[in-house]
Amino acid sequence: MHVHVFDQYHYSQSRIHNLDPRVKVLVTVTFILSNAILPDGAWPAFALAWLLLLFANDQSNLGLEFTFKRSFVALPFALVAVSAIFSPLGEPLVEWNQGFITLIPTDFGLIRFLSILVRSWLSVQMAILMVATTQFPDLIHAFEHLKVPRILTTVIAFLYRYLFVLTDEGFRLLRARDARSAGLPGTKSGGSIQWRARTTGSMVGQLFLRSYERSDRIYQAMISRGYTGHIRTLNPHQMDQKDWRMLGFSLIIVILIQLVGWIR
Amino acid sequence: MPVKHQEPFEVQIPECEGDILQIHDLHFAYPDGHIALRGVNLSICAGEKVALVGPNGAGKSTLMLHLNGILGEQSPVSIAGLSIDSNNLPLIRALVGLVFQNPDDQLFSPTVFDDVAFGPLHMGLPEEEIHQRVKKALAAVQMDGFDDRLSHHLSMGQKKRIAIATVLAMQPQILILDEPSAGLDPRSRRSLINFLRDLPITMLVSTHDIFMVKDLFPRMVIMDEGKIVADGATLDLLEDEVLLETHGLEVP
Repeated sequence: MHVHVFDQYHYSQSRIHNLDPRVKVLVTVTFILSNAILPDGAWPAFALAWLLLLFANDQSNLGLEFTFKRSFVALPFALVAVSAIFSPLGEPLVEWNQGFITLIPTDFGLIRFLSILVRSWLSVQMAILMVATTQFPDLIHAFEHLKVPRILTTVIAFLYRYLFVLTDEGFRLLRARDARSAGLPGTKSGGSIQWRARTTGSMVGQLFLRSYERSDRIYQAMISRGYTGHIRTLNPHQMDQKDWRMLGFSLIIVILIQLVGWIR
Repeated sequence: MPVKHQEPFEVQIPECEGDILQIHDLHFAYPDGHIALRGVNLSICAGEKVALVGPNGAGKSTLMLHLNGILGEQSPVSIAGLSIDSNNLPLIRALVGLVFQNPDDQLFSPTVFDDVAFGPLHMGLPEEEIHQRVKKALAAVQMDGFDDRLSHHLSMGQKKRIAIATVLAMQPQILILDEPSAGLDPRSRRSLINFLRDLPITMLVSTHDIFMVKDLFPRMVIMDEGKIVADGATLDLLEDEVLLETHGLEVP
């Protein structure tokens, strides 16, 4: 009884799946950095970045629209940038009077806002593609080979592992609550808001205690079988020709994106 | 650019002279002050199959967690003549196969293969050997061909078998099982008993299943309140109704 809501790996055989995880991590990080440093309103460069993304999607056998369909998770975060529209640096477009507040969107602000939106939208999609084509232990391994400090990789690995434990435990508790939430016909089951809050509070406490103890037992089972703090995998991590080719190709495209973005 | 993950270490099993497991006067208290073990003495000879019985809270599970050094960093426990200290720990964990009561705690990897390979992989064995051992361990528990299945889609009986396979793949010298027959239907229980009988490994099995004890284990150890209160031939101890009832056990 496990939930797989977080396990975003999509099993398939493709050139992207078979790439060394280091290449995928490097390209994804460079791609995100490249997006971040592109100037506002560099539309041709954004378009080129989008083409690289489409190419990667296509090569992964997951379908051209694969990451697009999943990219909306990032939208709420992009909304933080809404205030950029009202940047006082540009020419005012219109003037909105809302009682005692006057909002003045400017052309500069609008372009900045749209650029932030496009940047985050592109970056999130590349990250989604990386996670969908790389198994989690391999990803952790790639980080280790790229000299990310051990303490960080271990924390990430355990966070991922125990996320499942926590949600499992949560679903079990909810099921047990539902099984006892009876009501007479015609009456509403459950009590006052205060009562509900109290029940929820103790459920959260229970959830913490139970998953804490369970994670302890899992850890014991792990060290019983020789776990010493390294996550290991059987997949050989060897950069071969196709890995170097793909890495080189992607980096050249990223440099091209930067050139297109800065030279006008 | 090949990446070396870890130098494989040779598992050299020391010659077992007499007892594979020796415990002299083991005491243990949990950090909250609860005293779980009050002077346990136990020796098990290689090849023996021993049942560990006693009521809930008698200290059985706590004792088992001492046998591969999860609890008690420096305890008076020795496995095949090796005392438990930080130098010996990796070797001792390869020698002692500890199977937990709840297979959901034991099976934490995405697939059955990953779970069974976890032990050998962390022992630093070469890849081919790992594949061979997984195959052998799955065959031993009659679960061949389950490599790619997801552990959490299996039945309880199958999960228990896989959990045993995860430690068999490490080729332990002694198998420690915590309530293997709990929660099994009669058929799975029966096939588990037959399987354990045929397994040529020293084992110490904690259980409440007196009928399994009678069937399977020539020697029986009774624990209560953190101490061993009886240790002897199963058939003799099962005759002693007063002893069994004082320690909350069923009379078969």
